[in-house]
Amino acid sequence: MWTWFYKLASPPYVYGVAAALAPWFLGGAALAMGYGLVAGLAIAPPDYQQGQAFRMIYVHVPGALLSLTVYTVMATASAVALIWRIKLGHAVSAASAPIGASFTILALVTGSLWGRPMWGTYWAWDPRLTSELILLFLYAGVMSLRLAFEDPSRGDRAAALLAIVGVVNVPIVHFSVVWWNSLHQGATIVKLGAPSMPGSMLWPLLSMWLGFMLFFAAVLCIRLQGEVLNRERQATWIREAVKSW
Amino acid sequence: MVNGSFWAMGGYARYVWPCFAFACVVLAWNLWSARRFRVAAQLRARRAAEMATTGVGES
Repeated sequence: MWTWFYKLASPPYVYGVAAALAPWFLGGAALAMGYGLVAGLAIAPPDYQQGQAFRMIYVHVPGALLSLTVYTVMATASAVALIWRIKLGHAVSAASAPIGASFTILALVTGSLWGRPMWGTYWAWDPRLTSELILLFLYAGVMSLRLAFEDPSRGDRAAALLAIVGVVNVPIVHFSVVWWNSLHQGATIVKLGAPSMPGSMLWPLLSMWLGFMLFFAAVLCIRLQGEVLNRERQATWIREAVKSW
Repeated sequence: MVNGSFWAMGGYARYVWPCFAFACVVLAWNLWSARRFRVAAQLRARRAAEMATTGVGES
């Protein structure tokens, strides 16, 4: 029953699965984002307070949610690698870090563009904004630490430790608008109770969220293939696979 | 449906469109850099396999 799970520790198996799944994830992401963009930009009604400016939600919220999701994936993979000594965990962690950092930058920049017309400023040292910036520094730290050692396995272990310790920032980012006074509005969809949006606004947002998730999965698969190749370069299965390229 | 008022975004065009444009740039960069990373890794793997076959570069 658990055979499929154990197979996930096998680099050749994971390489093959990632290669097979990436185009499907990418196709799904294009469909979901296509619907989300059309419905979000042209069909959803304007917000009664923010007018058309609220449409920035369709890239800001998925970007912000992905910045937290990817960090959680990275920290989980790091924990798996450290606890069960599964090297692929380090590969997943290394592949996730640049993707997560880019989504964090996306959340910060789009949030800043949204903040200017709504708050009158591009930036404020608000708990949500500051904790999201700390998340970006954590991503940068994990990526830098991995490269800071001559021995790659030591770099992997150090980066994994930082990723695991830094995961404490994920709930801080999410609950910052509840725990402290914040300029930032409260949670819209990821919260207890029903989402505080009508369906005509919510469905495009959920579709964009799904699209971003599938896009992350696709890019992770592509990066993971590269990580596996770099880490297993001397393995026999790669030498055999190279012949068919 | 897509007329002047759509592009004007109720006066928020200079915030809304850069927001979507930046998202496109981030998504495109992710895809491009991931593919570039994989291609570079494939080249390194091929080179390593060739060196293993010919014995060049091995101690």
